Amino acid sequence: MMPLLVEMIGIEKRFPGVYSLRGVDFNLEKGEVHALMGENGAGKSTLMKILSGVYQKDGGTVKVSDQLTDFDGPKAAQKAGVGIIHQELSLMNDLTVAQNVFIGREPRSSWGVIDEKRLNSQASDIFKKMNFDIEPMTEIGSLTVAKQQMVEIAKALSFQSRVLIMDEPTAALNDAEIAELFVIIRRLKSEGVGIIYISHKMDEIKQIADRVTVLRDGEYIGTVEAKETPLSKIISMMVGREVKDEAVYIPDLSTQPELLAVKGLNRGKEIKDVNFSLKKGEILGFAGLMGAGRTEVARAIFGADPIDSGEVWVNGKLCQIESPSDAVAAGIGYLSEDRKHFGLALGMDVRANIAMATLNRFTRSLGALNEAEMSSIANGYIKQLGIRTPSDTQEVGFLSGGNQQKVVIAKWLLKDCDILIFDEPTRGIDVGAKSEIYKLLESLAKQGKAIIVISSELPEVMRLSHRIAVMCQGKLTGILPGGKETTQEQIMALATQ
Amino acid sequence: MITESQKTPPSLVSKLIKMTAHQRVLAFASLIVLLIVFSIASPNFMQTSNMLAILQATSVNGVLAVAATLVIISGGIDLSVGTLMTFTAVIAGVLLTNMNLPLPIGVLGAILAGAFCGFCSGSFVAKMKIPPFIATLGMMLILKGLSLVVSGARPIYFNNTEGFDEISRGSLIGEVLPFLPIPNGVLILFIVAGVASYVLSKTILGRYCFGIGSNEEAVRLSGVNTDRWKIAIYAVAGGICGIAGILISSRLNSAQPALGLGYELEAIAAVVIGGTSLSGGRGTIIGTLIGALIMAVLTNGLRVLSVAQEWQTVVTGIIIILAVYADMMRRQKSK
Repeated sequence: MMPLLVEMIGIEKRFPGVYSLRGVDFNLEKGEVHALMGENGAGKSTLMKILSGVYQKDGGTVKVSDQLTDFDGPKAAQKAGVGIIHQELSLMNDLTVAQNVFIGREPRSSWGVIDEKRLNSQASDIFKKMNFDIEPMTEIGSLTVAKQQMVEIAKALSFQSRVLIMDEPTAALNDAEIAELFVIIRRLKSEGVGIIYISHKMDEIKQIADRVTVLRDGEYIGTVEAKETPLSKIISMMVGREVKDEAVYIPDLSTQPELLAVKGLNRGKEIKDVNFSLKKGEILGFAGLMGAGRTEVARAIFGADPIDSGEVWVNGKLCQIESPSDAVAAGIGYLSEDRKHFGLALGMDVRANIAMATLNRFTRSLGALNEAEMSSIANGYIKQLGIRTPSDTQEVGFLSGGNQQKVVIAKWLLKDCDILIFDEPTRGIDVGAKSEIYKLLESLAKQGKAIIVISSELPEVMRLSHRIAVMCQGKLTGILPGGKETTQEQIMALATQ
Repeated sequence: MITESQKTPPSLVSKLIKMTAHQRVLAFASLIVLLIVFSIASPNFMQTSNMLAILQATSVNGVLAVAATLVIISGGIDLSVGTLMTFTAVIAGVLLTNMNLPLPIGVLGAILAGAFCGFCSGSFVAKMKIPPFIATLGMMLILKGLSLVVSGARPIYFNNTEGFDEISRGSLIGEVLPFLPIPNGVLILFIVAGVASYVLSKTILGRYCFGIGSNEEAVRLSGVNTDRWKIAIYAVAGGICGIAGILISSRLNSAQPALGLGYELEAIAAVVIGGTSLSGGRGTIIGTLIGALIMAVLTNGLRVLSVAQEWQTVVTGIIIILAVYADMMRRQKSK
C-alpha cells in the first residue's frame, strides 16, 4: 500500500438542526484517484469543504501527510498542500488568467504594488510545466469552460498541492474535453498527486477511479475497488436499494397524429436548416456534443431567441411564434436546463410555483387569488407526480433537485401544454431520483404528451427516446431509431461529423 | 523566461487594446461631439474662461465620482458620498474656525473623518452583511443629520484661516504658466484620479477590488480575507470624499451643512456614463473622469445656450440612459 496522504476518521459536522456528517471515515493514498460518491445531500461536498478548510469540523480527526491538522480557512489548507476545484467554477471572469491563478498571493514589489511581469511569467511557467496551452494575459470570461477548468486545475496545483479535490469537474465539459481532463488526471497521478474525484457520472468512475467511497445521508457506507465492483453494486450502495436499469419500451405510434413539425429552421451559425417532427405520445431525444445547437433549437421553437427563417407547425397549423408567450399559447412548454435561474422562484412555495404560469385562472373579483383552489390543484399534482414535500406551502428552495424538477413539470402540465421540451431534465439530480423522472416522462408520453428530451448523457438519451435526433455544429445530422438497435458509437459518429 | 512570457501573439494584444479602448472611446467621442456642437452653437462656449469654469465645475463631482468608482467596481454602491463630503467639510470647519487649529490639521482631519465613515459603511456591509444600498442609505441620512448637529445648522465660514480658499480657487499652475491658470481644484482632481487609477490597476487593493466585484466567493475561497478588503475599499472611498469636502468648502469658503444630498446621484451618473458596470468587476477611472466632464460640459453648454435649468436636468437623465444603453449594446455584440 502506498503511503496515506489524507486520513479522516470519524468526521462529524452539524448544521443548525441537522447532522450533515456522522462519523465519516475517508483516506487517500499517494498517486490514487479516489472517487467519492453519493446522492445529492449525502455529504460529499461538506466532507471536502472540511478537508479544504472552508468548513470547520465538529468532531473527528483529520491527518494530512501524517500531520494532525485543523484548518481554520482555505489558506491553511493550501499551505498544507490541499487544493480544491469547487463544483461551481470559482473564477473571476473580469480578471486575466494569471491574475486569477495568483489571487491572494500576488508577487509584490513594495507598498502593495503588484509585479505584473513576474505574475505573468510565473503563470506562464506553470502552464508550460503542465503542458496547458493557455495564454496568461487572456481574460477568463473569454475562455471556454474547458479552458477555465484547466485554469482552476493549474491554480490548485500551483500551491504545490499533493492532494487535489475535484468536485464534479466534468459537469460542464463535452466528451472531448473530458478525455483531455482524464489525460491530465492520469499524469498528475503518475507524479504522485492524490486526487479525490466527486462525480455523478458512473461511466467516468469506471474509467478513472482506483477506489470508490460511498456516503449516504451523511454516513459512511463503504469503500470498494473501482475496477472489480459492478456499477449496480455501487449504485445500490448509494441509494440503499437495487436500481434496475430498464430497457426502453417503444410504443407503436403509426396511427398517432403529428403534434409538432419543424421545417427549415435557421438561426445564424447556431441552427442550420433543421427539420423534424414529433408525434403524440412520442419521446424524441436530442443527442450531440455541447455547442451542437440542441438547446438553441429548443429555445428557437419556444420563441426565446429570434429565428432567421423556418416554420413551426403545431397540430397541423402553422404557428407564428415570436416570444415564449406565443409558444405557451400554442401549447409548448420548455423546461430549461437551469431550473434555478429560469424555471423556479426558489423563495416561493410549491403552490405558487405550480400556479405561476396560470395565475389568471385563479383570479377572482378584485384580482384576489383563490388560494384554496390553488392549494387543491397543487396537492393533486403533488400526489400525481410524487413530489416529496411536507406540504404545498413549503419553499421550493428547500426541496431536492428531483422534486424541484417535478414542480416545474407540474407547472407546465397545469398550463395544458401538449408539447414539452426537457433540456437536461436530470442535471444535478441524483441516481435514485433520475429513474423516477424517467418513469414520469414515460407516463406523460403514455398520456399523449409529445416530449423532446435534450441530454448530454448518452445513456439517458438512449434510455428514454423512441427516436434519437443527433446534432452536430448546428445541423441535424441524423435521426436514429430508439431502443437496442442503436449503439453509442452510431450516435457519436453522427455527433462528430 | 521573462522575455519569453512577455511575447504575446499580436492578435491578442490588439484584441485586448480594442476591448478596453472601445468603452472609453465611446464616452470620449461623445465628449468631443458635445464640445464641437456647443462651440458651433455659441461663440462664447470655447472661451478659455468658460473652459476653466467647466473644469472647476467638474472638480468636486469628479473627485466624488472617483470614490464611487472604487466602490462600484467592487460590486457595491455608496449612496453616502454626497453627505459624507458635507460632513467632512463641517469637520474641517469645526477644526479650523471653531478650534482655530492650523490648516494642515483641518485638511487631514476632514480626510480621516471621511475614511472613518467609509470604514463604518464598509463594516456594515462586510461584517453585518447589510446590502450596500441599505447600509450606505443609512449612512447618508446619519451624516446628513450629523452635519446639521455638529454645525448647529449654520454655515461655518473659513474667514480666520489664511489661504483656505486658495486650495480650490488658487492656481499653482497659473503661477508658473500665466497663460494656463488652471485652478488647484482641477489639479487636485487629476492627482486624485491619477493615484486612484494607479491603485486600481497596479496594487493589491485594486486587484481585490476587481476580484471581489467579479466573483467575491471565488476570491474568498482563494484564501483572501475579503471582509477586510471590502472595508478597506469603502474607507479609501471615504477618504477621497474627505478631499471633495475640502474642495467644496474651499470653493465656497464655507462649510454649508445643508448641502450634499443629490451629489451621490451625480457621482454615480458620471461613473455609469464612463462605462463602469454597476454589477461590478469592470470599470476605469479615466472613464469616470470623462463621464464627469460630459456632465459638466452638458450643464455648462446648455446654460450658455440659455436652456432653462429644468431642461438641463431632463437632458442629463436622457444621457445616462443612452450611455448605459450604448454600453449594453456593445457588450451584447462582443458576446
